[in-house]
Amino acid sequence: MNDTALLSLRQIGKTFSNGTEALRGMTLDVEQGSFVSLLGPSGCGKSTALKIIAGLGSLTTGRVLWPSSNTDSHGRPDCEISFVFQEPTLMQWATVFENVWLPLRLKGASRAGARDQVEEALDMVGLKDFAASYPRELSGGMKMRVSIARALVTRPKLLLMDEPFAALDEITRFKLNNDLLHLWETFNWTVIFVTHSVFESAYLSSRIVVMAARPGRVVEDIGVDAPYPRDDDFRTSSDYNAICRDASNALHNAMDAGDHL
Amino acid sequence: MDDTATQHQAAAEIPVDPVEMRKARTARREKIGRWLLPVAVVVLSIAAWDRICVWNEIPHYIIPRPGIVFNALVEDWPLLLGSLAITLQITFFALLIAIIGGVGIAVLFAQSKWIEMSFFPYAVILQVTPIIVIAPLIFIYVDSKFAGLLICAWIVAFFPILSNTTLGLNSADHNLRDMMKLYGATRWQTLRFLRLPASLPYFLGGLKIAGGLSLIGAIVAEFVAGTGGVGSGLAFRILEASYRLNIPRMFAAIILISVSGVLIFMFMTFLSWLFLHKWHESAIKHEQ
Repeated sequence: MNDTALLSLRQIGKTFSNGTEALRGMTLDVEQGSFVSLLGPSGCGKSTALKIIAGLGSLTTGRVLWPSSNTDSHGRPDCEISFVFQEPTLMQWATVFENVWLPLRLKGASRAGARDQVEEALDMVGLKDFAASYPRELSGGMKMRVSIARALVTRPKLLLMDEPFAALDEITRFKLNNDLLHLWETFNWTVIFVTHSVFESAYLSSRIVVMAARPGRVVEDIGVDAPYPRDDDFRTSSDYNAICRDASNALHNAMDAGDHL
Repeated sequence: MDDTATQHQAAAEIPVDPVEMRKARTARREKIGRWLLPVAVVVLSIAAWDRICVWNEIPHYIIPRPGIVFNALVEDWPLLLGSLAITLQITFFALLIAIIGGVGIAVLFAQSKWIEMSFFPYAVILQVTPIIVIAPLIFIYVDSKFAGLLICAWIVAFFPILSNTTLGLNSADHNLRDMMKLYGATRWQTLRFLRLPASLPYFLGGLKIAGGLSLIGAIVAEFVAGTGGVGSGLAFRILEASYRLNIPRMFAAIILISVSGVLIFMFMTFLSWLFLHKWHESAIKHEQ
């Protein structure tokens, strides 16, 4: 085990009560400041793994360790973790401001006390002028930005994202990819990003963990050396193409292997 | 709205295709028709009522002409108003405790599936047993007539609030619940920030039904309670008038009850709009 890792999954497995084996023997060290993509077809347990890391799901086997944080009696770390869901998951009845305020509000921050932090978070995702709007007045991309603002308002050390841009159109997705990378570089977060898009994972990640289904498991761990900052030119570079090819091949091998099972 | 303003502007500048024009015309007509048609139907019905009475020479002690009913309404106004006040008082108190009881029990149900499973059958039993057969028992057990009436009206009104609010509390977005858990929200915080607001549209839907039902409950209970003398509601006035074959007063009292019911419904609809128009699908106007 690596003592400097932020997070260490040791042989974690998850079997649901209906007998479905969602995860088998997943081992993964996540370095601080890295951008790790969990790439795989649906049913490969990538979302399950994310939920387990967030403390929202139980384990059947294995352990989740936090080598560089103190943990409480439930094994939960003392570092801030945020979660971004596939849907924006906003409170429809609350304004954008109130939605972003929520995590701080749960910790006891008043509206006035949270104002600076909320406005800063909204500013970072480019929604400073929409604080008083209701979610229904926003486009899909803007709603997702609110969701990201809510995740970053607590200054998380670890950001967990579950296919956050999958439901958006490509132009919006590219834009949000760039914004996310920019925020990641600015704040030195650690990001674990679940996706089923080879191209998205290649563009964003410093490391791609390819997973296969039935049972969900890690089949390949691809380090991405291409330097940051990356911009849209990167999408046409030979580096990017090489990463896409590697990830794609790994995915195909995994699928073929799955078919034989 | 800004949207409509921009649209009108656009309509002036850019020619619109015939289909869109027809749509806009239909929308305008419907807007007027929504008010005009019901009023026209009511006016025509009253006229027809009057004519039928005259042409068939129906005696006024069987079906009074509208004019006679109107006169009864004016002449008996002090008497009827006093009774209306009593009926409405019971209606509103019953609705108030139906809200408190319905929401309170729903919150209790939401805290534990076990409590819900144990006690929900009783709520259903109370709801499906006709109030008219329970009411005589209640008046035997409860000394105060006012309290008896209140209990009857409450039994009828609280169920829609309970069942709708329970549904609403359980329909909060699953991911939002996970998020609450992730941020370490307490049970109370989850209730206050997530589950109660999420249940609001459902609660308001239940309230719309409960408003009318509490009036019905109050009237039915009064019928069962029967004789009252001083401090008697509209149902008592109807019973009394029927004994005396004072048919116009019966009609007048019925009209007052109906109008009250309609006003309660309209108020609840307004309340719904007030709370939901900023965010909920049901209260938002859409472009076709």
